[in-house]
Amino acid sequence: MGGRRSVFVVSMMAFGFAFLYVPILSMIVYSFNESRLVTVWGGFSTRWYAALLHNEQLLGAAQLSLKIAAINATGATLLGTLAGLALARFGRFRGRALLTGMVTAPLVMPEVITGLSLLLLFVALEQVIGWPAGRGITTITIAHVTFSMAYVAVVMQSRLATLDESLEEAAMDLGARPLKVFFVITLPIVLPAILAGWLLAFTLSWDDLVISSFVSGPGSSTLPIVVFSKVRLGVSPEINALATILVLIVTIGIVTAGMYMQRQERRRERDVQQAVAARG
Amino acid sequence: MKRFRLRAGRAAVSAVPALWLLLFFAVPFLIVLKISVSGMRLGMPPYEPLFTWATSLVLDLRIHLDNYAFLWQDPLYRNAYLNSLRVAAVSTLLCLLFGYPLAWGIARANPAWRNLLLLLIMLPFWTSFLLRVYAWIGILKNNGLINNTLLALGVIDEPIVMLQTDFAVYLGIVYSYLPFMVLPLYAAIEKLDMTLLEAAADLGCRPFRAFLTITVPLTWSGIVAGSLLVFIPAVGEFVIPALLGGPDSLMIGRVLWEEFFNNRDWPVASAVAIAMLVLLVVPIMVFQHVQGREGAVR
Repeated sequence: MGGRRSVFVVSMMAFGFAFLYVPILSMIVYSFNESRLVTVWGGFSTRWYAALLHNEQLLGAAQLSLKIAAINATGATLLGTLAGLALARFGRFRGRALLTGMVTAPLVMPEVITGLSLLLLFVALEQVIGWPAGRGITTITIAHVTFSMAYVAVVMQSRLATLDESLEEAAMDLGARPLKVFFVITLPIVLPAILAGWLLAFTLSWDDLVISSFVSGPGSSTLPIVVFSKVRLGVSPEINALATILVLIVTIGIVTAGMYMQRQERRRERDVQQAVAARG
Repeated sequence: MKRFRLRAGRAAVSAVPALWLLLFFAVPFLIVLKISVSGMRLGMPPYEPLFTWATSLVLDLRIHLDNYAFLWQDPLYRNAYLNSLRVAAVSTLLCLLFGYPLAWGIARANPAWRNLLLLLIMLPFWTSFLLRVYAWIGILKNNGLINNTLLALGVIDEPIVMLQTDFAVYLGIVYSYLPFMVLPLYAAIEKLDMTLLEAAADLGCRPFRAFLTITVPLTWSGIVAGSLLVFIPAVGEFVIPALLGGPDSLMIGRVLWEEFFNNRDWPVASAVAIAMLVLLVVPIMVFQHVQGREGAVR
């Protein structure tokens, strides 16, 4: 490996990470700017955080978004785990190709198409069976579950595919019923992946603007909808403060999750070594 | 009996998510197709029914192809399509050019660093997409970070117009979708057997040629997966052109949004969606093929 290539790779990496983080850092810095003119520095201040705490519209929207994201994450994790289980474990079953197609397509489908098609479905359903009556939290949640369960399914499928099936087979040979095997063996092993899937689904829902805009009704404006209507009019210091708080929460969450997973990994490796040592 | 119960259980496990996706993901496309050939009317819902009973035994079926004719004849729509394809293709290429060295560097970093670097690639993805696009407004606008810095340094006398240009749209897409390119590339590069490159170098192969004949073919699955993860959503992107693009940088996702929300023309919006799907069906199928193979290999 020549030194020249390394210099190229290292400088590209430095540039790439700077590119990813400069916009986020600039939002954080400007959130502490006294001036309303956002990009003109007027001294250090936390007034925009105070303003944010008194902005009923943003707070209400955030509360609604949290609620939808939590319900969505739970539903999407349930459905996505089932789909991932079927795709990773059931071999070639009837309808497998269809399920694979319906799980991978939402990952890349442009959001405007998903949003429009779900709205038209809800309108048609309301005409035919009278449900869902109008649009609001229910329709937003259904829409979010639909696209985020696909992400969960992919995460679960790849985790389950690398799972050592002999553990489950051993438990079955020892007389455990399939349901018991699932709860005692499979579930504890895949729990980190389930947690990751839940968080992923939560984030996707919390962050979604386009699909929510199509399927929301009056009085059900989620946080991204309110933020979008604000930033369309230009930069706003309150939004910078909001972004800073979100970045902080996500960073803490990711670092904690990363540390937890590393510890789990180490513990598993140790357990495996002990098991091997005990057998040998 | 036991075997029967196992099979019934399995059928239930796969049927629940399949039915959900069938109802809320697949069936809606048929409804979009139906409404794309319906006529527009005032009222709610703002489209005419496809079938009407003229008398008790005469069924009237009206299929409006004029929505599609409208798309075909109006240069605005054709330009929006071509523009979307161009913007998505150029952005995908830029993502690949930036993403490949980045993924290579991460895959070749020592293991202690590798997880941290991967975390740094993924962290922006977990923070709000909308807010990250919005951050660029503060950087690119006429009295924004870049222009203020350059003006203060005396490099320029007048601000450079960057916001509301195609440049800003490219930048926004590359910025937002870069992690989607880097992660599959990383997965492919990590599996690459480095001794092949060493062998090629020992046999006198120059690095660039080794890259083209060994590295690229062996990491092809990552290149294809990453490119499609960027290209397909970028074609229909709405937020980035709406916030960073100018009024004339039309992309098809934005056209659909405006037909639906501003003009309230649901049939034309549906026709735009169907036309976009026709355009994307081949890339989506290629993506599914690549994904499916990945799943099988693991």
